[in-house]
Amino acid sequence: MPSLHILANPARFLKLARPLTPVLFWLGVGLIGIGVWGGLTQTPPDYLQGETVRILYIHVPTAWLGMGGWSGIAVSSLVFLVWRHPLAMIAARAIALPGAVFAGLCLATGSIWGRPTWGTWWQWDGRLTSMLLLFFVYLGFMALVRADDDRGGDGRIPALYGIAGSVLLPIIRYSVVWWNTLHQGQSIGLTKSTIDSSILWPLWFTLGGFTFFFAGIVLMRMRTILARTKAEARLRRMANVVEVTA
Amino acid sequence: MKAKHQRLTLVLLAIGAVGGASLLALSALKDQAAFFYAPGDVKKDGLPIGRAVRLGGMVADHSIQRLADGVSMRFVVTDGVATVPVAYKGIAPDLFREKSGVVAEGSFNPDGSFTATNLLAKHDEKYMPPEIAGKMHETKTLQQ
Repeated sequence: MPSLHILANPARFLKLARPLTPVLFWLGVGLIGIGVWGGLTQTPPDYLQGETVRILYIHVPTAWLGMGGWSGIAVSSLVFLVWRHPLAMIAARAIALPGAVFAGLCLATGSIWGRPTWGTWWQWDGRLTSMLLLFFVYLGFMALVRADDDRGGDGRIPALYGIAGSVLLPIIRYSVVWWNTLHQGQSIGLTKSTIDSSILWPLWFTLGGFTFFFAGIVLMRMRTILARTKAEARLRRMANVVEVTA
Repeated sequence: MKAKHQRLTLVLLAIGAVGGASLLALSALKDQAAFFYAPGDVKKDGLPIGRAVRLGGMVADHSIQRLADGVSMRFVVTDGVATVPVAYKGIAPDLFREKSGVVAEGSFNPDGSFTATNLLAKHDEKYMPPEIAGKMHETKTLQQ
């Protein structure tokens, strides 16, 4: 895979990531702004739910990124385990926190939406429970990465965990198909949507916007991790020099 | 090169094993993980009398009757296969209405009726503005 080898070099990665970070970040913020403006002022209310439906423009992107974040961790873990690319594990570590935040936001906005529509803040149905599990799996991954670092591990254990955790993704996706749930079925498929186009369009802006925003945050965090590693290596070298001269 | 392929095979085998294990677990969970009984399930498997269960389905058209005390109501839940009459005393959620989804928490009575202690409204995956939905649902339900 020559294309991956190019990015596996941290110096070359940084050269690309430095200008890309603000572009992704501000493009994301801009698209979110358009989507939120459209969703709050331009779209009609839903025939059944009324104005409550507008939380959709935040809830759906947070669910998408909560699950998309773990897909990123799983793919990075696979690349790290098989090809031993050092940047892959840095990417997985960088995704963990924003992924957990978006999974948490998905649960919070879903709960706020559930109260006025379903009449409950929380129910142990298949979709809600599997999403809560994903949130806990994120927390476990972050704890595991830190523990692995502390005992001087090479990242293989968190990478295995990253791959194993991905079994939750199809469970969340198909929970509303396999079991009868309180949560409604899938609205948006690859080819068709059961959301009327007059209500749907701002969702594309917030979906794209949050995705770019997420990517910008991940690049920022990867650069931070690389800079910290470099600083630590320099400190260690300096300490060695002092030892030798003393 | 060889070590890389070995690792790839091992990782793919691990993914297959974990995926297979979770598929087995899920198929065993199939019945237990259901959030509610549909009227058709009850007809097929018998009444779970006396246990706290959830009954889910559509509220049958023209079936909601509000009783004279002002807080009690009766309605019929259907899934197209069977129907169950439900009695409920309390406040229903805003989206509770005829021809719409409902999940009732409560228990079955020996005669096949259901006494609910709590109602949850279930909506489907369709979202549309009131003008388009107007032909199917009266828009006045928005204000209700």
